[in-house]
Amino acid sequence: MSLDVAHLPRVARKHYGRYVAAVVVVAVLVAIVVSFAGGQIEWSVVGQYLTARAILTGVVNTFVMAVFAMIVGLALGVLFAVMRMSRNPVTRGVSYLYTWIFRGTPQLLQLFLWFNLALVFPYFVIPGIVEARTVDLMTPFVAALLGLGICQGAYTSEVVRGGILSVDHGQTEAAQAIGMTRFQTLRRIVLPQAMRVILPPIGNEFISMVKLTSLASAIQYQEVLHSAQNIYYANNRVMELLFVATFWYLIVVSLLSLGQLVVERRFSRGVKR
Amino acid sequence: MIKAVDVHKRFGAHHVLKGISLEVAAGEVLCVIGPSGSGKSTFLRCINQLETIDEGAVWVDDELLGYVERDGKLHQLSDAQIARQRRPIGMVFQRFNLFPHMTALENVVEGPIRVLRESRDTAHARGLELLERVGLQDKGGAYPSTLSGGQQQRVAIARALAMRPRLMLFDEPTSALDPELVGEVLAVMRDLAGSGMTMIVVTHELGFAKEVANQVVFMDDGRVVETGPPDQVLVNPAHERTKTFLSAVL
Ligand SMILES: Nc1ncnc2c1ncn2[C@@H]1O[C@H](COP(=O)(O)OP(=O)(O)O)[C@@H](O)[C@H]1O
Ligand SMILES: [Mg+2]
Repeated sequence: MSLDVAHLPRVARKHYGRYVAAVVVVAVLVAIVVSFAGGQIEWSVVGQYLTARAILTGVVNTFVMAVFAMIVGLALGVLFAVMRMSRNPVTRGVSYLYTWIFRGTPQLLQLFLWFNLALVFPYFVIPGIVEARTVDLMTPFVAALLGLGICQGAYTSEVVRGGILSVDHGQTEAAQAIGMTRFQTLRRIVLPQAMRVILPPIGNEFISMVKLTSLASAIQYQEVLHSAQNIYYANNRVMELLFVATFWYLIVVSLLSLGQLVVERRFSRGVKR
Repeated sequence: MIKAVDVHKRFGAHHVLKGISLEVAAGEVLCVIGPSGSGKSTFLRCINQLETIDEGAVWVDDELLGYVERDGKLHQLSDAQIARQRRPIGMVFQRFNLFPHMTALENVVEGPIRVLRESRDTAHARGLELLERVGLQDKGGAYPSTLSGGQQQRVAIARALAMRPRLMLFDEPTSALDPELVGEVLAVMRDLAGSGMTMIVVTHELGFAKEVANQVVFMDDGRVVETGPPDQVLVNPAHERTKTFLSAVL
């Protein structure tokens, strides 16, 4: 008897809740799309400005700024992470101070400070090398690069430090045992392994950086939001141009997400899955 | 070849090495035995300057380690000078410590290329020779995570040999291995000893010590309790503590 029951055909449970949820979500989505399609927005204008020269320049500038600010951030991040872990109390303290200041103040404020540095130092002088008016040096590009990059470094240094600490100390000892210097050990042995831990959060921060560059529009840097604004000040097509900017941010961020996948694979060499 | 005189090491208030003195002649194999926590690893690490010593001194080939004597004082060497002193000393760790992001061959050639500044071709050719010597000629392209413990330890030995060391330190090289893998590592070490390499081996493999060692040291509680040829220390120990330890290990 029990043997018969054991071999009866089985019928899967019906997940009625899932059908309901799916229908509701799709309905809301359709409502949003329909209202935008019929709303007071000229989609042809969106299409027309998508590839306008000023917009494309803005997209390139956004991308360029994100990349360079991130490079500055990474370089400073590694430097300050190593300083934070050094045995020298002065370098440790300075690193701590750096993180405290740049993480503790709004990014927009920092951009304004860099951009207006000329008010404090009218001239920028390194004897025999540079001698210039600060206003000429502190272009929107330079101010945005410093503001975004230096602040990024404060966050990145914590990520890098976590990555370095995640590498087994035996690795450092093995490297020293074959006569490597501290610097070689860091560059060849510790950092490549730390990368596996560092990269996922850095990838996310890179993506945040793309969006943060929009702050630089406030100091006249010609990134994509700034370009869009310039155009809608003239033609009043506010929403259309904001959509254009939205489109490009999504494209750039998607490309970066793809890049992140490729790089992460590269640094997981030798790791058993 | 190597001479240690009255080496002391403290970790805070914890006095770990309480005056270790010993000497190893060129081509000799010294096996160090003793209970866990007696300071065997710490002593090896002092020789390779992974730890600084608080008192006493160590010479390798008549070169004082870690310091230079000037005006009747010992002045500490720079990091670069210490790195240079480590080069002729190879070290093999209990937990292998292979570089996981590099293949077996990359592990072996890293030191020759980066530290000895050998050309890539020279280093690779010799790296392959060394892998062959430890029986892993076909594993050059394998990452450590794909190798067995015994294979990893043999790569680690090849990596140390690639620096052309005059002295090899082994810290319980087979303790982390499954029993059936111990033999292959001991075979490589036996071979190395046969080729005339000077070796200091911390081990619980008393069979290996009996067969290969010229000298056996029994350490307990940071001191050398007994030292002598294996027949004496391992077979007819003079001290009660040595006897107790040996009967516990066997
Ligand atoms: N870095 C360290 N800090 C503090 N104590 C340590 C450190 N390394 C080793 N010790 C202590 O020194 C003693 C000797 O350790 P070790 O040399 O590893 O012994 P063995 O290798 O003989 O088992 C142990 O009590 C251990 O806890
Ligand atoms: Mg030990």
